[in-house]
Amino acid sequence: MTNKQRVVVTGMGVVAPNGVGLQEFTQALRQNKSGLRFDSELKKFGFSCQVSGRPPISNEDLWSVIPESHRAAFNSTGIAYGLMAGLEAWRNAGLQVDPPTRDPDSGIVFGTGVSSVSKTREVAYTIDEGKVRRLRSNTVPQTMSSGVAAYLSARLHLGNWVSSNSSACATGTESILLAARRIQSGQAKRMLAGACSDAGPYIWGPFDALRVLNRHHNDRADEASRPLASDASGFIPRSGAGALVMESLDTAKARGARIYGEILGGAVNCGGQINGGTMTAPNPQAVQECIIGAVKDAGVIPSEIELINGHLTATAMDALEVQNWARALEYDRNTFPVIHSLKSLIGHTIAAAGAIETVASLIGLQNQFVFGNANADILHPDVLEWVDKSQIPLKSLSFPHQTVIKANFGFGDVNACIVIRKNTSDEQKRNHG
Amino acid sequence: MNRKEITDKLYNIARPYVQQKEALEDFSMDTDLLRDLKINSANLIDIVLDVEDEFGVSIENAEMELMINVRSVVELLENKLDAK
Repeated sequence: MTNKQRVVVTGMGVVAPNGVGLQEFTQALRQNKSGLRFDSELKKFGFSCQVSGRPPISNEDLWSVIPESHRAAFNSTGIAYGLMAGLEAWRNAGLQVDPPTRDPDSGIVFGTGVSSVSKTREVAYTIDEGKVRRLRSNTVPQTMSSGVAAYLSARLHLGNWVSSNSSACATGTESILLAARRIQSGQAKRMLAGACSDAGPYIWGPFDALRVLNRHHNDRADEASRPLASDASGFIPRSGAGALVMESLDTAKARGARIYGEILGGAVNCGGQINGGTMTAPNPQAVQECIIGAVKDAGVIPSEIELINGHLTATAMDALEVQNWARALEYDRNTFPVIHSLKSLIGHTIAAAGAIETVASLIGLQNQFVFGNANADILHPDVLEWVDKSQIPLKSLSFPHQTVIKANFGFGDVNACIVIRKNTSDEQKRNHG
Repeated sequence: MNRKEITDKLYNIARPYVQQKEALEDFSMDTDLLRDLKINSANLIDIVLDVEDEFGVSIENAEMELMINVRSVVELLENKLDAK
């Protein structure tokens, strides 16, 4: 095998609950702006958790990204968010949407937890009414798991590996790692990675039924998502998409592309749903192995890591996660780096979480700031056993840093972790000088 | 409904699915749906559903296979509307 190619990020796109598009999202992060709202539809359906909402965009604007021949009866918010974020990332990288030719060196790994639940519901009702022949031609791509990758490739004509991964809340981070591996090995020069998640009661309902959502802040939406807080009692389900254009360093340099940062390495594994691991809870040893594996693969030492962008959903598992970070990287209260959770601002975007959160980390690296942990003003005592209070910023702060570690953990006891570094100084000089 | 009204409605139904938009300028009875307008065969399904809704008719699978050019669709619809 040839030498491992270095993998850099050259484009980003995002559709998040607190901002649509990079510009709006960056501003929201700088202002520590929450994207959470009271959701009257959830109240109507009798949900315990009535805080949620969607990225601030009308369905009319959202459907405008769908090819005209597929737009009639389109009902897949997740695919549309993914398409919007993916096309933004592609353009942001200085690449052409709707190019005249197929590009065999570029591919897509764009994940999702489910295809459109709303469309699937429609299909079931239509068939139950005996009207199967009334299903339109866009029904299959909206209900297949790889629908988002298929719609992206319809606009980008990419000819390398095009697929959708699925690993619950680890999907976004996993997509980035899968794409990075493809480039590292020389099998592709460029990959579009990312993940998306549908909006609405039909995808969030099963989580509400599991009683894992916060039902205590329905009248105070801004305060509803409380990672690391003493009274964290459940997550807030949200939707959206994040996307990254990743290239081999050589490919990016050859075309003079702007480089946001480098994916140094990462790891995925599974806790096997044993030794503390279950369908919904992580096996701590496996989480630690995943983190250690990522750091080793990236070729960094724990003291180089300046920022942890955690999974931290605002459940009783937050303290366990902090303990896992500390044990894996041998941190104590004096050495534990700065830690934060984007979920304090936008809630948990399920499968899209890792992708949106990685975009947030790259924006932070580029602009040298950290967004704050809203609502963590009274920290959980078990968290404080491992981290000094000063390492948990409550507001967005200027923060010089080079290296971030990002992890997500999902249902099925699956783990994914990546290490990201700001672009090196010589590349920076070339791009700005 | 006269032939021109049927043709105009058909034009509007087909338009979103036409991949060769320039070919719409020469939209006539002899326009071939797949060859001239480059309509994806899967989208013919959508056109049939939209035609059914617009004209209040039902189109069987065997009839669908006859829908090759504008003329064949218009004539099929004229027959169906007459029989109503």
